[in-house]
Amino acid sequence: MKILVCISHVPDTTTKVKFVDGDTKLDANGIQWVINPWDELSLTRALELKDDASTGVKSVTVAHVGNATTEPTIRKALAIGADDAIRVNAEPTDAYFVAAQLAEVVKKEQFDIIMCGIESSDYNNSAVGGMLAEFLDIPSVSAVSGLKIENGQAVITREIDGGKETVTVPTPFVAIVQKGIAKEPRIAAMRGIMMARTKPIKLYEPVAVESLTEYVRFEMPKPRAACKFVDPENPKELITLLQNETKLI
Amino acid sequence: MSVLVYTENWDGKFKKLSFELVSYAGKVAEMMGTTTTAVTIGEVSDDELKLLGKYGANKVICIKSDNLKNLDSQLFTNAIAQVAQSEGSKVIVIANNNSGKAIAPRLSVKLKAALGSGVSQLPLNLSPFTVYKRAFSGGAFAHVVLKTDVKIIALTQNSFDIAENSKDVKIERIDVQIDAPKTVVKDVQKQAGKLLLTDAEIVVSGGRGMKSPDNWGPIVELAELLGGATACSRPVSDEGWRPHEEHTGQTGKIIAPNLYIAVGISGATQHIAGVSGSKYIVAINSDKSAPIFEVAQYGIVGDAQKVLPKLVDAVKEIKGK
Ligand SMILES: Cc1cc2nc3c(=O)[nH]c(=O)nc-3n(C[C@H](O)[C@H](O)[C@H](O)COP(=O)(O)OP(=O)(O)OC[C@H]3O[C@@H](n4cnc5c(N)ncnc54)[C@H](O)[C@@H]3O)c2cc1C
Ligand SMILES: Cc1cc2nc3c(=O)[nH]c(=O)nc-3n(C[C@H](O)[C@H](O)[C@H](O)COP(=O)(O)OP(=O)(O)OC[C@H]3O[C@@H](n4cnc5c(N)ncnc54)[C@H](O)[C@@H]3O)c2cc1C
Repeated sequence: MKILVCISHVPDTTTKVKFVDGDTKLDANGIQWVINPWDELSLTRALELKDDASTGVKSVTVAHVGNATTEPTIRKALAIGADDAIRVNAEPTDAYFVAAQLAEVVKKEQFDIIMCGIESSDYNNSAVGGMLAEFLDIPSVSAVSGLKIENGQAVITREIDGGKETVTVPTPFVAIVQKGIAKEPRIAAMRGIMMARTKPIKLYEPVAVESLTEYVRFEMPKPRAACKFVDPENPKELITLLQNETKLI
Repeated sequence: MSVLVYTENWDGKFKKLSFELVSYAGKVAEMMGTTTTAVTIGEVSDDELKLLGKYGANKVICIKSDNLKNLDSQLFTNAIAQVAQSEGSKVIVIANNNSGKAIAPRLSVKLKAALGSGVSQLPLNLSPFTVYKRAFSGGAFAHVVLKTDVKIIALTQNSFDIAENSKDVKIERIDVQIDAPKTVVKDVQKQAGKLLLTDAEIVVSGGRGMKSPDNWGPIVELAELLGGATACSRPVSDEGWRPHEEHTGQTGKIIAPNLYIAVGISGATQHIAGVSGSKYIVAINSDKSAPIFEVAQYGIVGDAQKVLPKLVDAVKEIKGK
């Protein structure tokens, strides 16, 4: 069994973003780039499955659509333990474009399980995983919080409103993961970092696909009213304020 | 050329989210000078379907099929796509919740329709069709042009006020041609009757500053008195102090209640990413310089153990309990 983990390259989650060129572009100055948190957890789960010989998982590959500047992020995934990597050499323009590129990769390389995160922390589209599955005309399971392999069959836990379901789907399929898929992201050890230097990153040239959306402008969240402080000895005043000003209670 | 809105139902019932979606779709249809069609999948009574007319649906289509009993992203997408095509829909509105996220991206590829997700306002412009959406995990918003003829909008829950807009609604029940599902449900664990965190309009949330799981009594009591739900920060669920489904933030639930009360929560960016859509934020924290006060409109600097019981009493008083 072969697993593909799709990784998005995003600003560190503590970044306070700023925009340039008339608020049309992210100001990349000083940004630390990381693997999207969900994708780090997907990778961790994929490696756990590979570590367990009974699952029959033979390899874990990571794929990313991005230009050469994203290679450190890909190397990090290799250092964490991915066997090899694929980079589609293109500036990602939207989720549709990215999914179309990944679909070409999957068609050529053939994977059994493809893992995507529920959301990329930058453009927040929650779209690539489902789009990829539709391009390939294969099943996708969303809100996946658990993935096991029992007797060669993928057993999936997915979140539903007010609970969870255990489901199975035939391979190949796309698992769109969220909280629960792995406990803590695996960290790269020194040995992994050394080994990552020689692991292969296969380059794919992009196929011609138009993007369907265009981010034309960014704006900062509307400033919130300054905090009104209430005397800790008299919290009742807070309730009065909430009653009178917000009318919510 | 109507606006199509997919309204999920829960065991044959709609909820506030359904009415939000229909109200939103109705307003978009008004902007475009067209009508609104709602589509739902499953067994739903006529009376329940008619409710959607109250919020602006001109027509409600109810799809029934034995193959559509459980969510199978591929099949649900096919069913909705068939309706969108027969209705000639130019805009499709769907919730940006678990099931919406399972369906909308597939629908986007199937219909080659641009998708804007995490949308929290009416379209800014019809030509070019521009939506306003969450970006950078709440750190910013983006104006996004949906460039295709058919567009899909995935609306953030609780971002649009429901508005009555009664229509003489036409109900249509249809069967669609659908294969057998590939997603097989083996087991369901569900807590019935509990207010979902994502549906709650008031949320009381505790962080590490609560010190111990034994101190949660007043948080739960406050939430109950206010008719809300409880939430927590990530370390709290990691420690097993509270159940995982309460974990709020970038890597937990993203919520947008009207009122979010954060107790003993420092206000890390990753936590705020999950609650920045709240209309009002209240913070109770012993440290005046905690970042949570930068996003809060009301604050109390004090010890949660001392403040909470007094708050509970004050709420009891106004609720007459
Ligand atoms: C400098 C720069 C500028 C960019 N400008 C834009 C822009 O203007 N508009 C835009 O939409 N995107 C832009 N991107 C790309 C963006 O980072 C994403 O790769 C892509 O758009 C998907 O984001 P999303 O929110 O749609 O992902 P989602 O659909 O939320 O992502 C879900 C999952 O899909 C997978 N995934 C996402 N992106 C990739 C990827 N690139 N490669 C492999 N797997 C991936 C991951 O598993 C992720 O968890 C830009 C990236 C960079 C570095
Ligand atoms: C990739 C990534 C993703 C993450 N995702 C999330 C996420 O989804 N959600 C999330 O919450 N976190 C997330 N985190 C963790 C986040 O960075 C913070 O560590 C976390 O939010 C802190 O939780 P806290 O506010 O409960 O605890 P702390 O930061 O320890 O804050 C406790 C607060 O309680 C106050 N306090 C102490 N005693 C009292 C008292 N007696 N009365 C009142 N107040 C008191 C303190 O002043 C302090 O402000 C993520 C981190 C990373 C790196």
